[in-house]
Amino acid sequence: MSGVTTLLSRIGFSVRSSLADIGEATRLLGRLLVLSPVALARFRLVSDQIFFLGNYSLAIISVSGLFVGFVLGLQGYYTLQRYGSSEALGLLVALSLVRELGPVVTALLFAGRAGTALTAEIGLMKSGEQLAAMEMMAVDPVQRVLAPRFLGGLIAMPLLAAVFSAVGILGGWAVGVLLIGVDAGAFWSQMQGGVDVFKDVGNGVIKSMVFGLTVTFVALLQGYFCQPTPEGVARATTRTVVLSSLAVLALDFVLTALMFSI
Amino acid sequence: MQKSRHDLWVGLFVVIGAVALLFLALKAGNLLSLSFEPVYRVSARFDNIGGLKARAAVKSAGVVVGRVTHISFDDKSFQATVEMEMEQRFAFPKDSSVKILTAGLLGEQYLGIEPGAAEKTLLAGDVITQTQSAVVLETLISQFLFNKAADASNAPADKP
Amino acid sequence: MLSPIIGSVQPTPHSPAIPAAATSPLVELRGVTCGYGDRIILKDVNLTVPRGAVVAFMGTSGGGKTTVLRLIGRQLGVMSGQVLFDGTDVAGLDRAGLMAMRRRMGMLFQFGALFTDLSVFDNVAFPLREHTDLGEAMVRDLVLMKLNAVGLRGARDLLPSQISGGMSRRVALARAIALDPELIMYDEPFAGLDPISMGVAARLIRELNDALGVTSIVVSHDVDETFSIADHVVFIANGGIAAQGTPDELRRTDDPLVRQFVDAAPDGPVRFHYPAAPVGEDFGLRGSGR
Repeated sequence: MSGVTTLLSRIGFSVRSSLADIGEATRLLGRLLVLSPVALARFRLVSDQIFFLGNYSLAIISVSGLFVGFVLGLQGYYTLQRYGSSEALGLLVALSLVRELGPVVTALLFAGRAGTALTAEIGLMKSGEQLAAMEMMAVDPVQRVLAPRFLGGLIAMPLLAAVFSAVGILGGWAVGVLLIGVDAGAFWSQMQGGVDVFKDVGNGVIKSMVFGLTVTFVALLQGYFCQPTPEGVARATTRTVVLSSLAVLALDFVLTALMFSI
Repeated sequence: MQKSRHDLWVGLFVVIGAVALLFLALKAGNLLSLSFEPVYRVSARFDNIGGLKARAAVKSAGVVVGRVTHISFDDKSFQATVEMEMEQRFAFPKDSSVKILTAGLLGEQYLGIEPGAAEKTLLAGDVITQTQSAVVLETLISQFLFNKAADASNAPADKP
Repeated sequence: MLSPIIGSVQPTPHSPAIPAAATSPLVELRGVTCGYGDRIILKDVNLTVPRGAVVAFMGTSGGGKTTVLRLIGRQLGVMSGQVLFDGTDVAGLDRAGLMAMRRRMGMLFQFGALFTDLSVFDNVAFPLREHTDLGEAMVRDLVLMKLNAVGLRGARDLLPSQISGGMSRRVALARAIALDPELIMYDEPFAGLDPISMGVAARLIRELNDALGVTSIVVSHDVDETFSIADHVVFIANGGIAAQGTPDELRRTDDPLVRQFVDAAPDGPVRFHYPAAPVGEDFGLRGSGR
C-alpha cells in the first residue's frame, strides 16, 4: 500500500514541478516579449546577435539547402517519371522547399548550431556569476543579455529559411535540368504557375518566424535556468536541441493543418 | 549608438536573405503574374460551379484576362453567382458566354470566356447570362448509362 | 600608491523616503532568519555595520558569511526579521527602488565575474554606460581614472581571458567603484592570490575605503590580511554571531571556536573527522579503535 502512495506522491510532485516549470517559462517569455521593443532601441546589441546567430549559420544552411535540393531533384524525378509528369519537377521541388523543408530543416539546423551556442553562453555566464554581477549593478540581465539574443534569433531565422529554400531550388534545377535533362522552360514555368506568393511563400515565412521564436526561446530558457556547473550546462544544451526540435516538428503539424487545409 | 565592427556583415546577411526571399517570390512564385492593371467587375450565374474557387483565372483563348473574386449562392434563383474582375484593357461583347473548364484532365478549374457578336461591350456591373456549368462526373456517368440503356431497349426491336 | 586622481560621478539621485542620520549604521540586520529551502543558514541574527568602517565577516565554510552579502543586496529574501540599508527595509522596495538602492552599492564577486566578451575598459565602463547619460569622452576619462586607482590603466584594451586572477579582481574592483557607491562588498577578495597580489588587494581595500569615504564589508578566510585592514570583525558560525570585536580583541579571545580559527588549529570545536562509525568497525579490528 505504501508503494502506491509513494508512487502517487511522486507523480504528484513531478506534475507540480512540471507545472511550476511551465509557469516559470511563461513568465520569462512574457518578460522577453514586453522588453523586446526596449531592446530594439539599442539596435547595436541586436545586430551583434544577428551576426553571431545568422552569419555564422549561413554556411551550414546554404550547403544543407544545396544538398537537399539535389536530393529533391533526383528523388522527385524518379517518382514523377513513372507517371510521365517529369516536367512538374520544378513545381515539386519548389513547393516541398518553400512550404515545409525550408522552414523545418532550417529550424532544426538552427537549433543545433545557434541554439546550443546560446544555451552554453548563457549557462556559462550564469556559472561565472556574470548575470548575478549584472543584477547587483542594477542592470536587468533579461533586458541586457537575453532580449537582444531573442530578437536576433527571431530576425535571423526567416532570412536563413529563405536562403535555404532559394539555394535548394537552384540545387534542384542543377540536378534536374543540367544533369538529368528536364526541360528548363517547363521546370520554371510550372513552378511559377503553381507556387503562390502569399499562400506558399508567405506561409513558409510565417512558419519560419514561429520556429525562430520557438528555438531561440527554448535555448535562452534552458541557459537561464540551468545548473551553473559543467554537467548542468551540458544537460541544458542537450535539452535545448531535443526540446526545440520536438517543438518545431509539433508546431509544423499544427501550422500546416491551419494554413494548408482545403 | 556606437558603430559595431559587425555592422557590415550583418548588413550583407540581411541583403542576402532579402534577395533569397525576392527570388522565391518572383522566380518561384507567381508575383509577377499578379497584374496591377485597372479592372472592372462583372458577374455570372451558374447551375453548378463544380470545383471553381476564388482567385481562379478567367481565360480567353487560353490567356488570362481576369480573376474570379467571389462565389456566392442566390437562394431566390437557387443558382451560384460568380463575381469576377476583368482587365480594363480587354473589352468583350455584351453577349459573351462563360464556361467552366478544367486545366488538363484532372487539374484546377477556371472560367473560359468566349466572345459573342454584339456591338455593345461588357461594362462594370453587367451580368453575363450565357453560362455553361461545370461538368460533373456523376451526371456524365448516369447520362452514359441512360444512353446505353436506351440503346439496349431500342435494339431488341430491330432484331428478329 | 593610490593616485590622488580617482574621479567621482554622481548619477541622478533616487533618495530613500526618509534619509537616515549620518551617524546611524549603514547596514543593519534585525532578528534575521534565512536559508535555502529546508536549510536554515542564519537564525535570529542582529548585526550593524557602522559608516566609514571596514567590517570583516569571517567564519567556517558554509557558515553564512556570503549569505549576509546576498541579503543586503536582496539577492536572497529573509524568512523573518529585517534587513535595513541606510534606514530603509530592503524587502519593502519596489523594482525601481531596488534598482536605485543597488546603484549605491558595489559588489566584488569571488573570481571577479567580469564580462568575458568585453575588454577591461568596456567592463569598467559598463555601469557608466548603462546608468548615466555621460558622453563617451567623459566616460573614457572616468574609466581611466578608476583603472588608475587600481593600477591597471595600461591594461585597458586586454580581454579578461588575457589577464591573471589578481588583475581581473582589480578590474572588478574598478568596475565596482565606477558609480561611486556608498557601500562596497568584497566576496573572498584574497582567495587564490599570490602574496604580492594579496598585499595589493588588502591595501587597495583599506585606502579606497578611507580616500572615498565609503563603507566596506569584506568576507574572507584569510586571518592575517583581513585583520591587518579591518576596523571590526564579526565571526559567523552555527547560524549566528559567535564573536565580534576589533582584530586585537579577537586575537586575545578565549572563545574556543575563534581561537581555533585564529590559530589555524586542525582540531577544536570544528572537528577534523567527519562524523563516522568508530575506526574499529570499518577496518574489522577487534576491540574498538579510537
